[in-house]
Amino acid sequence: MNRQITRVAVVALILLASLILATTYWQAYAAPDLADKQDNSIQRVAEFTVKRGEIYAADGRTLLAANKVEKVAGQTLYFRTYPSRGLAAHIVGYSTQVRSRAGLERSENDFLTGSNSNLNTVVETTLDKLRGATVEGNDVYTTIRPGAQRMALNALGGRCGAAVALEPRTGKVLVSVSSPTYDPNLIEDNFAAAARAKFGCQPLLNRVTAGLYAPGSTFKVVTGAAALDSGEFTPESTFVDPGYCEEYGKRVNNYDTSAPFGGVNLVQAMQFSINSVFCNIGKAIGGIEILDASKRFGFYSVPPLETPVNERSASGLYDKGRLFFPKDDTQIDPGRLAFGQERMLVTPLQMAMVSAAIANGGRVMRPHVVDRIVAPDGTVVVRQKPDELAEAAEADHARSLAEMMERVVCCGTGAAGKLSVPTAGKTGTAETGIRGRNTTWFIAFAPVESPRVAVAVVLERQSGTGGSTAAPIARQIMQALIG
Amino acid sequence: MTLRNRELVNLFVVAVITGLGFASVYIARQEVVSTASLSYALFFFGLYVAAHAVARLTVPHADPYLLPLTGLLTAFGVTEIYRLDPDNAFRQGLWIVVGVAAFSATLILLRHDFRRLESYKYIFGVTAIGLLILPALPLIGQTVNGARLWVKAGPLQFQPGELAKIFLIVFLAGYLREKREVLAQGRLKDFGPLLAIWGAAMLVLVETNDLGSALLYFGIFLAMLYVATAKPWFAGAGMVLFVAGAAVVYQLVSRVETRVTIWLHPWTDEKVFCAQTGGLALRQECDSYQLVKSLYSIGNGGFGGKGLGKGTFSNSGGDPLIPYLNTDFIYSALAQELGLIGIAALMLVFMLFCLRGFRIALLAQDGFSKLLALGLTFGFALQTFIIVGGVLRVIPLTGITLPFVSYGGSSVVANFILLAGLLLVSNRANATANIPMEGRP
Repeated sequence: MNRQITRVAVVALILLASLILATTYWQAYAAPDLADKQDNSIQRVAEFTVKRGEIYAADGRTLLAANKVEKVAGQTLYFRTYPSRGLAAHIVGYSTQVRSRAGLERSENDFLTGSNSNLNTVVETTLDKLRGATVEGNDVYTTIRPGAQRMALNALGGRCGAAVALEPRTGKVLVSVSSPTYDPNLIEDNFAAAARAKFGCQPLLNRVTAGLYAPGSTFKVVTGAAALDSGEFTPESTFVDPGYCEEYGKRVNNYDTSAPFGGVNLVQAMQFSINSVFCNIGKAIGGIEILDASKRFGFYSVPPLETPVNERSASGLYDKGRLFFPKDDTQIDPGRLAFGQERMLVTPLQMAMVSAAIANGGRVMRPHVVDRIVAPDGTVVVRQKPDELAEAAEADHARSLAEMMERVVCCGTGAAGKLSVPTAGKTGTAETGIRGRNTTWFIAFAPVESPRVAVAVVLERQSGTGGSTAAPIARQIMQALIG
Repeated sequence: MTLRNRELVNLFVVAVITGLGFASVYIARQEVVSTASLSYALFFFGLYVAAHAVARLTVPHADPYLLPLTGLLTAFGVTEIYRLDPDNAFRQGLWIVVGVAAFSATLILLRHDFRRLESYKYIFGVTAIGLLILPALPLIGQTVNGARLWVKAGPLQFQPGELAKIFLIVFLAGYLREKREVLAQGRLKDFGPLLAIWGAAMLVLVETNDLGSALLYFGIFLAMLYVATAKPWFAGAGMVLFVAGAAVVYQLVSRVETRVTIWLHPWTDEKVFCAQTGGLALRQECDSYQLVKSLYSIGNGGFGGKGLGKGTFSNSGGDPLIPYLNTDFIYSALAQELGLIGIAALMLVFMLFCLRGFRIALLAQDGFSKLLALGLTFGFALQTFIIVGGVLRVIPLTGITLPFVSYGGSSVVANFILLAGLLLVSNRANATANIPMEGRP
């Protein structure tokens, strides 16, 4: 019998030992995965014992996210409060007990809770834990300029739309406003109030990075770059505008068909935003070539930014709700694509990147909203340096496009965007076919010679044009930033 | 040093560890708990010294480590239960007093010769089956967390399955001792009892909706059958039968099917049908809510744990984040606060307990004693594996208790009786063995 007893004992001990093995799996190997799960309320609540880092605007004083200390059942907990309320809600996001996080609060969580894996910080937080001291997170300094941000928010005035401003040389996001905004302080206790639609628009959506809009004529800048880069066209190339363009045996009309422009060159075509000219360019170089040019500006990839990836969308052609790149020219209508119709959908951030690339000699800089991350002892943990993403257009082609865009503002459709310094811009009005339902655009940069700011402004459901609705807002933002 | 003095010294060590545990809970939560917590350790020590005194009088030659190991396990449990809710810890403390009383009564009652139990084996067998059927009866049967394991009589609520387990082991030890030679011949007609018990286990499974209990009873039976007959293929055939039966039940009983689905796919990316709300939900927010939250708790512990009293079990409003924390999921609470280091220590205590138990089975001289010690020890080990394995997603989760650690009166009392049984066998084995008493481990 004893031999059998020994065998049963071995089986029993193997069973129990396997439990230690399984525990090791969950506590060591799988622990980071578990911590990242969005429904991990334990992790979420446990992190409230950490003195979370604060989030600042670019001036280093304006607090976007701070802590309020509460004693609960003998534990000191740090809850979030957002002193500037809706000012940069879509960038900062929120960190609450009941909801999963959003914005930088989510994507920079490891830094804010001091759990970023760097040998130094790991040792320090472990020592803190053993001492029973409060773990302190790192502070995040953003590139958001609070004055201009406030101005942009007021200029949009709660209308559905977005405004974003970049520093062309560095890619810094100086202004990023999604309107309507929401008060992140309400998320914990009154989520319904924070999420309530205003003017029929969802406030929680970050329209700058995840709002997809028809670009309208602002896309002509991309087509212009494709035309020049193809070598088939120069700014002096001449065209005859009959008021429409013929495609597949049918007419594609200009914005206003009653007054054809007649003989024009490419500069004038951009200045007056003549659809027929761009339609013919599109037919000449083909849709794929235009889309290839757009890819160089960053279309067809999710724009890099520090906010969570699920809060950002890629620009490009969309077919049945999915990003779509045609296999050959027969799958797209090149004429309509050339002036921003077809199924093209873009984010305001992407159009600001187009504008900034033209301003920066054709080079697209990686947009970033986090300037630096600073440890509690004052040392800088991360500092974002300017980083070139791609060359979207050759330098002299970018200069030609800048000149065309300057004509738009000085003497064309974008006059309302004009500053005291030379300004370049492009208007866009995407018609939905229903009156009062236009999507209006203005992308711009200034000063033309040494650009310090590039903007994109979009408004939903407008009855006017980009020149009359979006351009004045863009002007105010640029004015505030150039000072 | 005599065996009992060795036991006393070990108990003193356990008391010091218990004191340290309560002190750390006190330090971490001094704003919510009082200094009275420190008296728990003292109370505990007193209680176990009393149990020790009874053992000294009734079973002087018994194994000196089992009682201290039990003390350590109950200390783990009560400390954590106290940390979660001091009121429950008080009740658990009372149950441990009752448990020690039952332990003492068993020892005193059977101090001369426990082997006379063998002649009452059929009474034990019938009683065990009666106890198992109780929760399925109308009026007194209670369904908790989807499983029918409880009986309610007036203010008293208990799980008869815990006691039934011990009665079943006593019955099997007697029955198998008597029939082992016949069974070992492997004739077809002798399979009768095996098939009957297989059928009973399946019935329990269907009645209680609880895969864990069925697995436990059947596992104990197979282990004892194997030891009694020395025929491994008996155990093998039994296992095949169990798996086949479980597969049929899986098809028939939706609750068992749900448990298996939760076990295989606790997380879904897309919303699936949720029976609780009747709508669509992610599975981790519906059926597998408990399991997933418990895994988060374990994961949050990491290597070193959060420290006793410093784990996260509720939100700032005091709402619990993990359901059934002090019963089914006491392991995940301990894992979060003690970390891998601490929880591995707890598992080693369980393993040591089992090692001592199997050693008693090896040293015992007669078949009944051997089978009894083996059954009790293997049952203890298997129960630990089934509940902890369920919590760790090694097997489907079932609602049975972690011996000596989980909150719950029936479990504590039954396991103290189990301990008394092991000490009785051990006492007799050591007393009759022809080896010197002094210095024997």
